[in-house]
Amino acid sequence: MNWLISLGASTLSRLSAIGNASLMLWGALFAVPRLKNISLIIQQVYVVGVQSLLIIIVSGLFIGMVIALQGYTILVNYGAEGSLGPMVALSLLRELGPVVTALLFAGRAGSALTAEIGLMKATEQLSSLEMMAVDPLRRIIAPRFWAGVISMPLLALIFSAIGILGGHLVGVDWLGVDSGSYWSIMQSTVEWDKDVINGVIKSIVFALVVVWIALYKGYDAIPTSEGISKATTETVVFSSLAILGIDFVLTALMFGIN
Amino acid sequence: MSDILVDINKMHFQRGGRVIYDSISLQVKKGGITAVMGPSGIGKTTLLKVIGGQLYPDSGEVLFQGENIHQMSRKRLYDVRRKMSMLFQSGALFTNISVFDNVAFPLREHTKLAETVIETIVLLKLEAVGLRGAAHLMPNELSGGMARRAALARAIALDPDMIMYDEPFAGQDPISMGVLVKLIKELNSALGLTSIVVTHDVKEVLTIADYAYIMADKRIIGAGTPEEIRNSSSELVQQFLQGNADGPVPFHFPAQSMQETFMGTKS
Repeated sequence: MNWLISLGASTLSRLSAIGNASLMLWGALFAVPRLKNISLIIQQVYVVGVQSLLIIIVSGLFIGMVIALQGYTILVNYGAEGSLGPMVALSLLRELGPVVTALLFAGRAGSALTAEIGLMKATEQLSSLEMMAVDPLRRIIAPRFWAGVISMPLLALIFSAIGILGGHLVGVDWLGVDSGSYWSIMQSTVEWDKDVINGVIKSIVFALVVVWIALYKGYDAIPTSEGISKATTETVVFSSLAILGIDFVLTALMFGIN
Repeated sequence: MSDILVDINKMHFQRGGRVIYDSISLQVKKGGITAVMGPSGIGKTTLLKVIGGQLYPDSGEVLFQGENIHQMSRKRLYDVRRKMSMLFQSGALFTNISVFDNVAFPLREHTKLAETVIETIVLLKLEAVGLRGAAHLMPNELSGGMARRAALARAIALDPDMIMYDEPFAGQDPISMGVLVKLIKELNSALGLTSIVVTHDVKEVLTIADYAYIMADKRIIGAGTPEEIRNSSSELVQQFLQGNADGPVPFHFPAQSMQETFMGTKS
């Protein structure tokens, strides 16, 4: 009987958590942006976006290089190494760009957001905002939310672009694939709306999910050192799982049915 | 007009199944300093959050200037909160901006004053708490007492009608404590404020309070002017004032009997 009671209790607490998270998202989405808040968003774009650039660029470069290397060793068996360009570009634009960027973003910026908001809660800064008649959803949550949604697609595009250059570095400069075919076949194969735009849509969806999870986990954290540590871990774990799961669904919708 | 600013009527509040207040009533008079004293963990901070509309009571009402705080629209509540201010135990300064910007924060959020005017107001408020020279420091460079004074400057930035002090003396050295006692008293009379001081530092607060309530065991066990409180015949009040380890508030947390715990038998 006990397990039934605990199952019910845990279901109820999860449902209420989802309800609270939705209310927070609603508040963040519809916090009417004021002119003052624009500067807050720009500030946060710097924190979550610009400061994530290094990890995104370095990872993009290496992932592009690895795909080129792996791709070349397979394609060369069939004399198809000329198709290395589109292979690298499509892998990055459709999948690895949005997905790896989102995973790195969850680890780099998502965890930082959770810890920051959680500590603001623990040190009563959120409470003091409330008492100063300033809505924390509008002042703290919304700028971070929008900054994440703006930054992540841009980071994913930068990731893919650097990855393609990394592929060029390995495929063309090192392994000797013809530079002309690397670029020209890529140009004729990659479609703007199907590949580039779909990749951007994916990263916008990932951004919404990661930032939502990160902010909610911070906002809802138990205000102790243990609670914040748990919330930070959960942000990374839940975001990563959500990204991979949603990626499959989106890929099936975008590319699965011809 | 009534001279009662905050009127709590038969308020019942529980959290996580634990009753914190069992039908308490108290009044805060305009222009005075009202102390709410009680042992740690009794929910004194919770009381301030209920008055500030951050927590909702299960029953009873909390009136601020005759209006029920918990039945207001969110917009109205935010309007009312501009008239009340709260000094948190930790100070709750924003750690990523300087002391100056912390004090300027409510002004920049709620007014359209020119930056030069804001600068003058902020420096005057910091002068009032003796920290004009520390305006450029970051919150992590302040001592605990200074952080609380900086937070006090921020709390009075918008010239509120009422300030709620949450344990203002906790963890302060005698000098900082003296400074804070003096500040609370002086600000209250100079700015025509109403103050609610929640604390367990009995001696300090009774020197400045106009009226005091003592809370214990989910209720108010004593109320009156400092003189009346000191002369109270209630054992509970006397235990609290004199800091006796045992008495009506037991030393031991409720538990099974020793015999039952160690021998597994009922006595």
